[in-house]
Amino acid sequence: MNVIFMLWLREVKRYSRSRAQIIASLGQPLLYLLVLGFGLGSVFRQSGQGSYLQFIAPGVIGMGILFTSIFSGIGLLWDRQFGFLKETLVAPVPRLQIMAGRTLGGATIAIVQGTLVLIVCMIAGFRPQSWAAVPLALLFMALIAIVFSALGTAIGSTLRDMQGFQLIMNFLVMPIFFLSGALFPLANLPAALAVATRLDPLSYGIDGMRGAFIGLAHMGVVLDITVLAVLAAVFIMIGAWAFSRIQV
Amino acid sequence: MIKVQALSKTFGDPKSDKAVKAVDDVSFEVQAGEIFAFLGPNGAGKTTTIQMLTTLLRPTSGTIAIDGLDPVARPLEVRKRFGIVFQDPSLDGELTAYENMDLHGVLYHVPRKLRHERTETLLKLFELWERRKSLVKTFSGGMRRRLEIARGLLHTPKILFLDEPTLGLDPQSRNQLWTHVKHLNETERVTVFLTTHYMDEAERVAQRVAIIDHGRIVAQGSAQELREQTGADSLEGAFLKLTGTTIREESSTSADQMRQMAKMWTQRGRR
Repeated sequence: MNVIFMLWLREVKRYSRSRAQIIASLGQPLLYLLVLGFGLGSVFRQSGQGSYLQFIAPGVIGMGILFTSIFSGIGLLWDRQFGFLKETLVAPVPRLQIMAGRTLGGATIAIVQGTLVLIVCMIAGFRPQSWAAVPLALLFMALIAIVFSALGTAIGSTLRDMQGFQLIMNFLVMPIFFLSGALFPLANLPAALAVATRLDPLSYGIDGMRGAFIGLAHMGVVLDITVLAVLAAVFIMIGAWAFSRIQV
Repeated sequence: MIKVQALSKTFGDPKSDKAVKAVDDVSFEVQAGEIFAFLGPNGAGKTTTIQMLTTLLRPTSGTIAIDGLDPVARPLEVRKRFGIVFQDPSLDGELTAYENMDLHGVLYHVPRKLRHERTETLLKLFELWERRKSLVKTFSGGMRRRLEIARGLLHTPKILFLDEPTLGLDPQSRNQLWTHVKHLNETERVTVFLTTHYMDEAERVAQRVAIIDHGRIVAQGSAQELREQTGADSLEGAFLKLTGTTIREESSTSADQMRQMAKMWTQRGRR
């Protein structure tokens, strides 16, 4: 337990010490929020869908969490060769504890990062339907963070070199983001796109957050929680398995 | 303390012709309290051997006994018995020197009180106590190496593995490092297993030397025995006679490419 806590603490300490990075990683969600939020706002309103800023804010929060958690996992690759990971792999500690500490740390950071994006959204004019909805939204933020931190760990454990990173970015992370309905409503989509969005784990997270924040869940909050909880369990198992197989 | 018999490691599918025999039927023994140098040209199999000894790689065949224990069957037991300084840095630059030590202590289940005492003793010994609250990323190469060795000793290991510990250090830091290592070996009776490219270092500190080339051990004994065996007047001469003067063409691995990148980044960072 002590080991998991110390490794978790390490991730959190590292995060809190890299202020420049915290600001930098707010940049991308902010760009989507402000440019798309205000740029597409009038079109969205004219089609009778209400405020686009209200609609996109949960999507942008989800984006912040997705990127932060996946990157913390992929950071394994670097850490394995030039970092602290090797030190933990030769320590007399079961791999499962190391993986748990790291992944929980990554998830915690992603939740904090998501909360920062939420605050920025609120400064830009986003308003949740009621304050009572915030705990449920936080639950969804936590689930997204855990699902993708575990996925990141699984990917980071299997990648062999840095070239793989671009591949993951272009063929996994960006599609997960764009297919999640972060930017567009999930209703009335062409059949193929509808299927793709249903297969995307992030869809359920963003749908759930939207349900909590603005009362607009397409798939239903209960289904969202169920899918995310099951996926979290599955990805943690895959992540633990992949991590246990790392050979330096 | 270390007993290796007929150890082999093959990368890739052993049936295909692409398979690489990194370590090929290697046997040697290291006595308790000895300083043992494992020498060889680039790509000879030094690091692969260390990785197998330290539970990071599984051998393809052969047996290893670390303090009588098999690293494959009982990795956690074996890990408690050694400390290691890797070829590539493994400190956390975003943590302070003290935090790096403390985390190591927790990983090795050193009780809190003892952890603080040992950390203080070791940081003082390696002249890092004054800088204990500085982030490791602000440290020079020599200071980082000293910290890594101090960290490797925190849990009072029986064996210390040093994989090219002096890589990229200036003569002053190298000299200081070996003085510390010798001192530790004499006072705490730590068995030391080291690799290096500097033959003078091996000659100076090691009681026994093994030379490995193309995955096979080509000679072992004391530096003097190797000199006599080859008729060379220095260990470097003996080494060149045994391994030839051709420069090894090593295909660049992903680790090498990343190492290059790491160098670029750290240099940029210092400017």
